[in-house]
Amino acid sequence: MSNVIEASGLAKRYGEVVALDGLDLAVEEGSVFGLLGPNGAGKTTAVSILATLLIPDSGSARVAGADVLREPAMVRERIGLSGQYAALDEHLTGFENLDMIGRLYRLGRSRSRARSRELLEVFDLTDAGNRSVKTYSGGMRRRLDLAGALVASPPVLFLDEPTTGLDPRSRIELWGVIRELVAKGSTLLLTTQYLEEADHLADRIMVIDHGREIAQGTPNQLKALVGGERMEVTIASIDDLPRSQEVLASFAVGEFVVDRRTRKVTAPISGGTPVLTEALGALYEAGIELRDVGLRRPTLNDAFLALTGQQVPKSDHQAKDVNHRGEG
Amino acid sequence: MKGIIYLFADSLVIAKRNVIKIKRVPEVLVFVLLSPIMFVLLFAYVFGGSIDIPGGSYREFLIAGIFAQTVVFGATFTGAGLAEDMQKGIIDRFRSLPMSQAAVLVGRTASDVVYNVLTLLIMGLTGLVVGWRIHSSIWEGLAGFALLLAFSYAFSWTMAFVGLLVPSVEVINNASFMVIFPVTFVANTFVPVENLPGVLRIFAEWNPISALTQAVRTLFGNIPFGAPEPTVWPLQNPVLYTLIWAVVIIVIFAPLAVSRYKRAVKQS
Repeated sequence: MSNVIEASGLAKRYGEVVALDGLDLAVEEGSVFGLLGPNGAGKTTAVSILATLLIPDSGSARVAGADVLREPAMVRERIGLSGQYAALDEHLTGFENLDMIGRLYRLGRSRSRARSRELLEVFDLTDAGNRSVKTYSGGMRRRLDLAGALVASPPVLFLDEPTTGLDPRSRIELWGVIRELVAKGSTLLLTTQYLEEADHLADRIMVIDHGREIAQGTPNQLKALVGGERMEVTIASIDDLPRSQEVLASFAVGEFVVDRRTRKVTAPISGGTPVLTEALGALYEAGIELRDVGLRRPTLNDAFLALTGQQVPKSDHQAKDVNHRGEG
Repeated sequence: MKGIIYLFADSLVIAKRNVIKIKRVPEVLVFVLLSPIMFVLLFAYVFGGSIDIPGGSYREFLIAGIFAQTVVFGATFTGAGLAEDMQKGIIDRFRSLPMSQAAVLVGRTASDVVYNVLTLLIMGLTGLVVGWRIHSSIWEGLAGFALLLAFSYAFSWTMAFVGLLVPSVEVINNASFMVIFPVTFVANTFVPVENLPGVLRIFAEWNPISALTQAVRTLFGNIPFGAPEPTVWPLQNPVLYTLIWAVVIIVIFAPLAVSRYKRAVKQS
């Protein structure tokens, strides 16, 4: 299979801030590629360059057979982009937004209208289609924005953090829609802050930070790197800490982390709740009293910890940051 | 050739989008329709009583000035509209589409002509109510309106460029007020230039807004009987001088705005 998206050595800086630092990227036709990283990792910059919105300081890229720098118009005919912020006109209705985009893709009047109605139906927005977007919920806006990227049925799709800021229900709905799209054979490059999302949708994931690739592989390969699920137990008495480690050693599938201050032992396990139950039983028999117990899937933080040996940099946690989701 | 057809077609789509907003955003409608009425009434009744125009009526003298000032202010819409678009994600959408990129600006400036037509219509009607009349022919009257629209269209390219430079809509509203207000006042819009002191008088005489006002006044037949003949070239040839300005503004600012638009990226 050939690569539909290919980039090499993409670099971009804004003054002192390095957004991209020599990124190489290849996405196979018909596959879903997930670009995973915290805020400020360079995900949006990468997508903006590939979607011809931004000119890199150096490097080159081809999308759908056209050169991003030399043939931007050709690239634009073959891509659909749905950004982090819904790119819609608030004052227009859902239908008017899609029809406008259709006309600008030069679908012609009747095709544009038919396609707009079709997409409103696909995205469950038919009833809202004649209301102005101002009245839409966040989830509806994202769906309409995604519909906008699909008006011309482009072979290559870029979705930049399609679910950031959505409530869990809307997120799962949107995942469903994206999965259906991909089943129809589009090539998709998706950026996200959530490992879970990349896991659900992507065939291949690249973890980036500070504009550089940190790791790349299938979701399973990455999760293996991160260590899969982990159990966390908080011991009531610090004196029990050494003994609890002895007990847990037979359940852990990798090195575990002990935090003496919070008396918390975190151990990677495999086998989910049955293993957790067994481990708890063993702790109980050993007479170790617990304050708190949890089973946790790997988060982006864990991926970072495993891949770089450091926590996600604090400066990257901005106001709307939701990296902590799933940990609390 | 294909490029020009696309530019035209895409600009129409964008213009249509902006015109729809007139219906959807009541504030805009109020600004477009009510503030000109307020201006005509305020000036006609507040200043109308105390400013004396020998050989004519102040209200008739005034109307062309208010028309000129209002359509020039109307260009702020272009800038504010673009600044707003730049702040929102919609520009990223436009920039990722295979559309003619200049169409976003051409469509915007074109739709502002629609705003200005509406505004002029409302102000004209209000003017008629307070006693203003066109004393020339209908063709000269229409030529006057056309000149107002042409100059304001050109000026909206200036504001398009400014709108792409500023970080927010508020900035452009304040900035344009700070610039446009004095420029439209230091002119013959509300008082004869002969009454202005030294430097202000020279500025007013060469101010394109004076020429625009003078041209419209002449075309409407609203020059007071026995008013002194203008002594400077711009006011002796106001139509030509206004058109020269309009062309120069477009030649300079349209390419500037388009290149600025192509380079501008919403920072995120």
